[in-house]
Amino acid sequence: MQKKVWIALALFLILPGLLFTVSCAKKTVKTDEAAMTAPEETATQVQQEQTQQEEMASKQQADMEKQRALEAEKLAMQEAQRQAMLARQQFESENIYFEFDSSALLTPAQDTLSRKAQYLRENPNIRLIIEGHCDERGTDEYNLALGDRRANSAKSFLVDLGISPSRLTTISYGEERPLDPRHNEEAWAKNRRCEFVIE
Amino acid sequence: MTPMFKRRPSIVMTVVFLIAALIAVPAPADAQRDYEYIDISNPFLRKIPVAIPGFASGNGDPGELQSAEKAGRVLSETLDFSGYFKIIDPGAYLEAPRQTGVTAEEITFRSWTVIGAEMLVTGKAAHIDGLLELELRLFDTFKAELLVGKRYRGEPKDFRRMVRRFCSEVIYLLTGDWGVFESQIAFVSDGTGAKEIFLCDFDGHNPRQWTGHDSIVLSPAWSTDGKWIAYTSYAKGKPDLFIRHVEEKRGVVVSREGINTSPDWVPGQFALAATLSFSGDPEIYLLTGSGKIIKRITKKRGIDESPSWSPDGRKLAFVSNRSGTPQIFVQEMETGRVERLTFQGRYNTQPSWSPKGDKIAYTAMVNGEINICVIGVDGSAPVQLTSNAGDNESASWAPDGSLVVFSSTREGRSRIYVMTAYGTDQRRLLSLAGEQSSPAWSARMSSP
Repeated sequence: MQKKVWIALALFLILPGLLFTVSCAKKTVKTDEAAMTAPEETATQVQQEQTQQEEMASKQQADMEKQRALEAEKLAMQEAQRQAMLARQQFESENIYFEFDSSALLTPAQDTLSRKAQYLRENPNIRLIIEGHCDERGTDEYNLALGDRRANSAKSFLVDLGISPSRLTTISYGEERPLDPRHNEEAWAKNRRCEFVIE
Repeated sequence: MTPMFKRRPSIVMTVVFLIAALIAVPAPADAQRDYEYIDISNPFLRKIPVAIPGFASGNGDPGELQSAEKAGRVLSETLDFSGYFKIIDPGAYLEAPRQTGVTAEEITFRSWTVIGAEMLVTGKAAHIDGLLELELRLFDTFKAELLVGKRYRGEPKDFRRMVRRFCSEVIYLLTGDWGVFESQIAFVSDGTGAKEIFLCDFDGHNPRQWTGHDSIVLSPAWSTDGKWIAYTSYAKGKPDLFIRHVEEKRGVVVSREGINTSPDWVPGQFALAATLSFSGDPEIYLLTGSGKIIKRITKKRGIDESPSWSPDGRKLAFVSNRSGTPQIFVQEMETGRVERLTFQGRYNTQPSWSPKGDKIAYTAMVNGEINICVIGVDGSAPVQLTSNAGDNESASWAPDGSLVVFSSTREGRSRIYVMTAYGTDQRRLLSLAGEQSSPAWSARMSSP
């Protein structure tokens, strides 16, 4: 029994020495050991890297999304601007027309003016110049007065629809600025008009 | 015959450079003299046949001959312009005063009566000390009588003024009025690419640009002393009323909201009527010459515009659409009473009160054709003066009421024309680039 103890003791003492020797002599083992432990470390690193990458990716994605959103916003803005411009162009291009020697507002003219009032309500900062024009028939001075009456008819109608008169200016051009320079009914009909110019 | 052309005190003009001397004329003493040479109820119905042979020269040097030729030509053109005369073709003349002499003693009147000349004008040009001396005579060939004889001396370049002065004397003798030869015409021309006001002599001679707004310009109107012109311009972006001195760089701009248009000066005053629409409606106002409102003249909803004063300033003709279509109305200034003047047609505008006060010229549109008409101030006998000759607009009377200037598209582009008060002798006044419109005849002026 005593013998067994001694062996056990010896083993207990030697083995670590052996172990120590081995560990000293064979660094590779330790390397191995290190190698053994390495996968664990790598995994963590990888994981970290992955996380980082993921984070970066998600950040990039976020950035991109932000960018995209921005671009979309920009596009939307551009589109809105385009729409506004179109609306403005539409607004400005839509004339109203009159009968010969008359400043009475015809039904289509009233419809057009109602749309213009709507636009003016939606764009409260806009100021408007209403130009009154006549066809070439008749005489200069009377046509200046008639153009003035036409512009004022349009103005009164807009004021009745709630547009502040302080936003509306009139100017008569009489027969001085025809849209269509020809001398026929078709041209005259086009020239008896009010034009609307945003200030 | 009752003289319709009332005599007014002769305006004695002080012209320093020009010395006029009366050549002995057996002057008719009576102020009530009949105007036997012209049928004043229609002076253009029968034109007076007049012979104007080539002018003589003092000593026959080339400079004198040239002056004599120019003076003779301009005198012939000037008398012809009045519409009172028929100039007999020089080819028919049997005698040459250039050789035989220019005075009554040297003329064989029978040589002129046989070719039908009832009047004869002789002239002689001489250069004396660098000055031009023009001797001009008007004879009654049947009575063998000197009617007007004048000697003028001045700078050779002023020969035209001497001739015009003599022609004014002739017209004064025949009609009792000084005529048109010392007046100006303002008009709008777009030859520069923008509408500008131009001025020219009564016969279209010497056209010159007066405004430089590079904008739209309309409706020039002379003050009765010829010193001011009021007009509408878009120089500031909208139709404003400019009141400017003709020669000096001064004046004012009436720039109220809306239109500031169609001025007409009160006769003899520094005040004018014009159309303003700041109230929201074109109405006629009385303004001072410096643009201040004296009072509102019309008070009707709708268009009221184109005022034209009667010569005594007591009545105002204007255009109103108060009865549905544009028509001419007359308002009595003292009472405010308004009467409609025109009833024919659906478009009568641009009234222009004649200087004699008895008629109003206006523009009538019938079936799309635009013509000048004349109507009595009592609304009687409207007469159309132009027809089948494009659009005819903007009539303005000569200061003696004998002629009317207007614009017409009869040759395509709008140009300025002149006719007699009865619509005869229609002719183009001048040739300029672009289109011309809105003529306005000034009063007789001493120094154009």
